[in-house]
Amino acid sequence: MEFPEELKYTEEHEWVLIEEEIVTIGITDYAQDSLGDIVFVELPEVGAILEAGKPFGVVESVKAVSDIYSPVSGEVVEINEELVGAPEVINTSPYEDGWMIKVKLSDTAQLDDLLDAEEYQEFIEEEV
Amino acid sequence: MLKKTPLNRIHKDLGARMVEFGGWEMPVQYRGVIEEHLAVRNAAGLFDVSHMGEIEVRGRGALDFIQELTTNDASSIVGGQVQYSALCYSHGGTVDDVTLYRFGDEHFLFCVNAANTEKDFTWMEEVLEEGDFRDVKLRNVSDDFAQLALQGPAAALILSRLTGTDLSRIARYHFHEGLVVETPAIISRTGYTGEDGFELYFAPSAAETVWSALLESGAPEGLVPAGLGARDTLRLEMKYALYGHELSPEITPLEAGLGWITRFEKGSFIGREALMRQKESGVPRRLVGFVLTEPGVPRAGYPVMVSGEDVGTVTSGTMSPSLRVGIGLALVRADCAAVGAELQIGIRSRLVPARVSKTPFVHKI
Repeated sequence: MEFPEELKYTEEHEWVLIEEEIVTIGITDYAQDSLGDIVFVELPEVGAILEAGKPFGVVESVKAVSDIYSPVSGEVVEINEELVGAPEVINTSPYEDGWMIKVKLSDTAQLDDLLDAEEYQEFIEEEV
Repeated sequence: MLKKTPLNRIHKDLGARMVEFGGWEMPVQYRGVIEEHLAVRNAAGLFDVSHMGEIEVRGRGALDFIQELTTNDASSIVGGQVQYSALCYSHGGTVDDVTLYRFGDEHFLFCVNAANTEKDFTWMEEVLEEGDFRDVKLRNVSDDFAQLALQGPAAALILSRLTGTDLSRIARYHFHEGLVVETPAIISRTGYTGEDGFELYFAPSAAETVWSALLESGAPEGLVPAGLGARDTLRLEMKYALYGHELSPEITPLEAGLGWITRFEKGSFIGREALMRQKESGVPRRLVGFVLTEPGVPRAGYPVMVSGEDVGTVTSGTMSPSLRVGIGLALVRADCAAVGAELQIGIRSRLVPARVSKTPFVHKI
């Protein structure tokens, strides 16, 4: 399982790529593997206002429904439209083609709460 | 403490994801539900179903006892035949759905749902005590059997390499007693997937040998181990009932569309009067299959609406791996159950349009 060094992570198994005030969000390799075959994704609309810690979307595998939580507050500026027709991309490419949304941050201080790759790996080892 | 089948270690070695099911630790998937599902539809899959319970009925009066206990007509099958049937309470609700194996006039075997084994056995003992069946002997023989289900169009070819039994002589819903990899086994041409296939019952001590021999024999055809996840999506595409979802103490076989195993003409059986009343007054709700006409995945418990009115509940749902659309089963008010009727499924905050579908969703055997 891979956890790229350049990303930040949450205890709800999202990853965050930080590029100045715009962040890209998806779910981790561990999350997609735990869910199994992903068959449906529900994402917010562009312009939606997200609040840190609140669900912004849903990902469904054959067996289960999971909320996806926003690690930050801000405005959705782009969503990955391709996932609607091809949600299985999250299984095959969780960190690249499987990205979910881009958010314009309203509070950059929230980024300080995120885990780095090493901390996240330790976290999931404890969880297992 | 979860019960373990004799193949528990093998499943873990194969990298299966294990889950609790009916008090057992069972593999839900190995490589992935969709891959395993499609392997069964196109080639073959091997399922460990050793969690299923087996209850033996022997002795003079065995047939009379079974006729009283079950809704189907056990006198209509002969030795070597299998019958799908149900056990009902006197109010018509369902104790369990079962398969019944007839060995002879005085020897039968029930295969029952894992989670219901103890309940069914206790229920059968009560029925036995209340009736005049003093020569009938009941035994819970669940621990005497491992059970594997080899399912898919290649199943007969794969099994034929490991048995001297001529499989072409075993018709659907029939069984032979024979040897599989030199292990005495009940070879039953039955299953829960809609595909051709076999359910094999044999001693737990031989489980690893038979499992490994089958996987090896089937490798050229693309046989894969398959878990409970695929078992569920396969049965759902066929509209086969799963106890606890489409059947329960609150759901009668008539409501679940199992009128064909409810044989009023055979005479007395437990639940007959209540079921007869329900049939005569018309069942208030019916089990339907539906297809979502917009993207989404229906799940058990979601509400079913028509014109803003609550008309029922989803009992099972999934994304169909064969059709790649959301499909489900629902118990709905009888006037909303016609094929083609438009429904709405409440999925979180949305109402997603759906249409009552012909079933099975996928046309197989």
